[in-house]
Amino acid sequence: MTVSIDAASRRRRPQRHLPLQILLGFLLVYFLIPFWWVVVNSSKDASGLFGGGSALWFAEDVDFIGNLRELFTYSGGIYTRWLLNSTLYAVVGGVGATALAVLAGYGFAKYRFAGRRFSFAVLLGAVMVPATALVIPTFIMFSRLGLTNTIWAVILPSLLNPFGVYLMHVYVRDAVPDELLDAARVDGAGELRSFLQVALPMMRPAMVTVLLLSIVATWNNYFLPLAMLSDNDLYPVTVGIGQWQGIASANNSGGTSLWSIIIMGSLVSVIPLIIAFLTLQRHWRGGLAIGSLK
Amino acid sequence: MTLQITETAPPRTPKTRRKAPKLPLREQLIGWLFIGPFGLVFLAFLVAPLVYALYLSLFRKAMIGGTSFVLLENYTKAFTDPSFLDGAWFVIRFSLVLIPVQMLISLAMALILDMVTSRFARFSRLMIFLPYAIPAVIGALMWGFLYSKNFGPLGDFFGLFGATAPDFLSRDLIFYGLLNIVTWQWAGYYMIILYAALQGIDPTLYEAARIDGASNWQITLRIKIPLITPALLLILVFALIGTLQFFNEPKILRDLAAGAIGPDFTPNMYAYQQAFGLANFNYGSAISFALGAVVFVCVYIFLFATRKRGSFLS
Repeated sequence: MTVSIDAASRRRRPQRHLPLQILLGFLLVYFLIPFWWVVVNSSKDASGLFGGGSALWFAEDVDFIGNLRELFTYSGGIYTRWLLNSTLYAVVGGVGATALAVLAGYGFAKYRFAGRRFSFAVLLGAVMVPATALVIPTFIMFSRLGLTNTIWAVILPSLLNPFGVYLMHVYVRDAVPDELLDAARVDGAGELRSFLQVALPMMRPAMVTVLLLSIVATWNNYFLPLAMLSDNDLYPVTVGIGQWQGIASANNSGGTSLWSIIIMGSLVSVIPLIIAFLTLQRHWRGGLAIGSLK
Repeated sequence: MTLQITETAPPRTPKTRRKAPKLPLREQLIGWLFIGPFGLVFLAFLVAPLVYALYLSLFRKAMIGGTSFVLLENYTKAFTDPSFLDGAWFVIRFSLVLIPVQMLISLAMALILDMVTSRFARFSRLMIFLPYAIPAVIGALMWGFLYSKNFGPLGDFFGLFGATAPDFLSRDLIFYGLLNIVTWQWAGYYMIILYAALQGIDPTLYEAARIDGASNWQITLRIKIPLITPALLLILVFALIGTLQFFNEPKILRDLAAGAIGPDFTPNMYAYQQAFGLANFNYGSAISFALGAVVFVCVYIFLFATRKRGSFLS
């Protein structure tokens, strides 16, 4: 799918519709304005923020470094801790969810077994269950098991990604020919080997997409860790910044110095995923379309 | 590619036909081994919580008398509880406005990007998608700043025309404030899905239409849009599931928008408040389960109704 898209856009002659490009320019401004605001304002201190200067332009003293230092030293450097937590949850949860989805998607697409149709129907149904409806019962379950307020409380539920399984299933069904697997079997490869050496390399585009989607979902998750964790040291960045923001808005006068840290914290927290998306572009661009084509 | 709950004949593999009707035990076993790990996670973190929520929702815990079995009392309470009903009504109204707006914007952007193939268009495509990578918490925070009287540019901007800026954090305008945030966050993602579907259309169709004298508009309306109906349905379902479980954005804006957003603003926020604010886990579970069930049934009916025309899933 990736290949055909790139080839198709290259084949067509470049077309320039000036009015449409101008319209695009306006859209671009709309989509980028919050980023611009954060970049500009993360350079200001409290007086720059509240001093009545322009909200969309730099104040007199541009002090990114000072705010960065503040951010990483505030409250004993807890922000670093939150970043590491987010990374741990997103990587372990994302890689785990992707591995499970790859195995299950391949199993659904390439094997016939009793109960397959029923299980697949249940899986499709599960795509439609809102994830947040599961948070409260999972919390109660975990608190019985003594698992709340541990890293597992966030990681284990993140392993569930029915949509990922569905995407892998669609992709494997269309992109990995049965003949090839049969040929591998005839050549004496076992089931595991034909999966690992023949099918797996062909599944890479879908795998990268599911991995990115799972990592983003876990990194951006707020409700689950908010419910599960009560220990500051275990918070991911989203919950941590949410908490700072609550403190800063609650005491409007004393909290003003916290705002510049919050703004800088927001900026820093979005950088890893933006870099991931920009560098892995060619992989996800085609992959995101799986399941919506045809 | 319809959502075929009753799947028609397993996807065309001559191999199965040869081996049918009896499936060899070995193949079955290996199939289950591949599904197994996900199956366990599925049972533990989806089936078990749902069953448990249903179970808990049938009880009530009182200060005096302990826990008692009340059957559906929590549900009758929820469906007569103004907090829950107002929240539900809000997310329904919100979806009715949000989803058409969001779909129109993402469709328009996808169509533009499909037509314009300059370097600038490629750059725009990426930038418009970027908000998807931003946590909802941070997105809500960024827009909260932009709306804010203290730090936002709205005051300056409207001041230029001698007008007072609208306060999107006020009780009257919070609806639009939230609408804007969610559109900003998701329109780019939907646009990419639609764009990929558009790119998958065979360009010779356009040439044939042009030879027959079709205008650009006709090509868009008669060829492009009908051919990407499956993708449009897919994003509609995503948007529906996402909006009905609305939580992050209003929760974050609550601190900034004093008075405009109550703790029971959406059903999910209400369930959170009941469970974690008031330790009322039975009632919280009932709300969660009711919300999940309602979303599931709505989406299922919707998919069933559109099954014949468009097609997606499976």
